[in-house]
Amino acid sequence: MTVMEQRGAYRPSPPPAWQPRMDPAPLLPDAEPHRVLGTEAAAKTDPELLRRLYAQLVRGRRYNAQATALTKQGRLAVYPSSTGQEACEVAAALALEERDWLFPSYRDTLAVVARGVDPVDALTLLRGDWHSGYDPYAHRVAPLSTPLATQLPHAVGLAHAARLKGDDVVALAMVGDGGTSEGDFHEALNFAAVWQAPVVFLVQNNGFAISVPLAKQTAAPSLAHKAVGYGMPGRLVDGNDAPAMHEVLSDAVQRARAGGGPTLVEAVTYRIDAHTNADDATRYRSDAEIEAWRAHDPIALLERELTARGLLDEAAIEAARQDAETMAADLRERMNQDPELNPMDLFDHVYAENTAQLREQRALLRAELEAEQEQHGEHGEQKGGTR
Amino acid sequence: MTTVAVKPATMAQALTRAMRDAMAADPTVHVMGEDVGALGGVFRVTDGLAKEFGEDRCTDTPLAEAGILGTAVGMAMYGLRPVVEMQFDAFAYPAFEQLISHVSRMRNRTRGRMPLPITVRVPYGGGIGGVEHHSDSSEAYYMATPGLHVVTPATVADAYGLLRQAIASDDPVVLLEPKRLYWSKDSWNPEHPTDVEPIGRAVVRRPGRSATLVTYGPSVPVCLEAAEAAQAEGWDLEVVDLRSLVPFDDETVCAAVRRTGRAVVVHESTGFGGPGGEIAARITERCFHHLEAPVLRVAGFDIPYPPPMLERHHLPGVDRILDAVARLQWEAEG
Ligand SMILES: Cc1ncc(C[n+]2csc(CCOP(=O)(O)OP(=O)(O)O)c2C)c(N)n1
Repeated sequence: MTVMEQRGAYRPSPPPAWQPRMDPAPLLPDAEPHRVLGTEAAAKTDPELLRRLYAQLVRGRRYNAQATALTKQGRLAVYPSSTGQEACEVAAALALEERDWLFPSYRDTLAVVARGVDPVDALTLLRGDWHSGYDPYAHRVAPLSTPLATQLPHAVGLAHAARLKGDDVVALAMVGDGGTSEGDFHEALNFAAVWQAPVVFLVQNNGFAISVPLAKQTAAPSLAHKAVGYGMPGRLVDGNDAPAMHEVLSDAVQRARAGGGPTLVEAVTYRIDAHTNADDATRYRSDAEIEAWRAHDPIALLERELTARGLLDEAAIEAARQDAETMAADLRERMNQDPELNPMDLFDHVYAENTAQLREQRALLRAELEAEQEQHGEHGEQKGGTR
Repeated sequence: MTTVAVKPATMAQALTRAMRDAMAADPTVHVMGEDVGALGGVFRVTDGLAKEFGEDRCTDTPLAEAGILGTAVGMAMYGLRPVVEMQFDAFAYPAFEQLISHVSRMRNRTRGRMPLPITVRVPYGGGIGGVEHHSDSSEAYYMATPGLHVVTPATVADAYGLLRQAIASDDPVVLLEPKRLYWSKDSWNPEHPTDVEPIGRAVVRRPGRSATLVTYGPSVPVCLEAAEAAQAEGWDLEVVDLRSLVPFDDETVCAAVRRTGRAVVVHESTGFGGPGGEIAARITERCFHHLEAPVLRVAGFDIPYPPPMLERHHLPGVDRILDAVARLQWEAEG
């Protein structure tokens, strides 16, 4: 009998070293995105938290509208709106303690502002006067990251360092669905799981990476499923359900703080506006799709729940709107002032101490500026007479 | 000067000792990379560190260069001083995104609020018979990135001193370690181990009057050898070891070239778009009226690093340097 003929009878033993690392079942996400609004769990949620979430959502939406308006006035070079995704943004900030760190992507200005950063400072990158307008240590918010997913390993390293130092600090890092295809996403999740670092990864699956839909981005059953391959739990949550987002992220933060390691959270949401003000979304998606998602609006969902339970009346809604208007007016006014720019700043933060080469170049620019000023001075006087 | 109690040591041993001393002096210094723990690195440069300081201070990471450098960024943000080992020059390329987009820019981006004191150790260069991807000279890529310091030792004392300086620096430093010199020994004074010039300063390794060889890292010993050989032809060659490619020491280099009036830049890296073009241009701009001949370059060929059985034809050796020196007896045509 040949070996082939023995097939079926032949039972090789498993390779000597092989044993499963762990049971994957507990790591798997639920079949449906986790929801709170419209379920019995909603009644058990702290009314104070619900009101806070609501106020922040209304503010966030107004901020998006104001920032988009500022692009039309040329005050911002570009703005990636998070309209429709406010629940993810707000929950990401509110799930953290003061000592924790937030690692945002370029779309996450709302989370940055909800964390306490000045609304104007959060827009510096997009206005174009400096790459980052706030002190990362003041609110424990990393600079907005433009290259996709590259901030995720930073979050892992920071959380790991904090744990080495004995601090119970958690890092929450945000990334889009497209960003999950980047190598840095993979490497960050892998490092986090191997090191059991106290990190929470929040993927905002808003359907598109610029124009590319999720189906062309990944073949995974869901983005939350990816967690299993790294050995961390994956959670799927309705990203437009603010209390659900807050609950899932808070659980993950607590788990991380208690030494339980990282969690991957996929928020199922939708980007109502185009990718940025410069994008034409009609080329890749239909009005019907957008309308379906408008019917699942995060603010409307929460408002309905709060109103039904008598936690919110017209006056309270009006108060939230007023607060948002005040914020927007202040933002508009301050953004409509030209930022004070000092070109000499260009050389001030390349190295701790300037190199000889930079000192030379700095002197060159200073001389150019002085010449310019002199010229303007003379020019101004001459022109002054004729004007 | 104290009398020098010299002790022969290899460059690899000096690098190990530099990390050990830095880790002992400063608990925030962490070594990380592939195989740096129990194995001590594939070149044994981290030998014994995990044993002495524990795996939290000398960490075998997952096999992912972007992940290693990316997590080092976060660690530095939280007040640690990561010393990252890239296993080989050509395997550092996956980490370039982190290096260029974040490591080199975070200080600038945050207006000085978030400096990243990271040391990236990269064994580089050829001459050890490595197969493809084990012999690249990647210095031009690093040099082209503002915000990084780029240094490379040629002596045992510099290996120790530059690594200690790199670790102590509040800026990110890429330390290019000439792997060909890992096993080279020279005298080193362990009583004053940090007694070397600071980052940013070049050193005249051999004074001379006829011409200046400007070089660094693995090519320094080759140039010294060429200088010895040139004596027979009546050439008294000066050898300048740059030590630091960024910042660049125009002063020392130009003073040397003004003395001799002739210069050859020597390195293993490709000539086209390589460091030599920048160096030659700087010399020409600053010393034009002192030059008796064009600044010449002796570099590796403009080819992907060759297979090991052919690398001796690629690497600039004594003969090629002497040929260039002969060409310095330049007379304008016409
Ligand atoms: C490394 C990198 N590649 C490409 C880009 C250009 N880019 C900016 S946003 C974007 C799409 C990202 O989509 P997603 O991750 O889903 O986030 P979203 O914009 O939907 O929030 C692309 C390709 C980039 N910023 N970084």
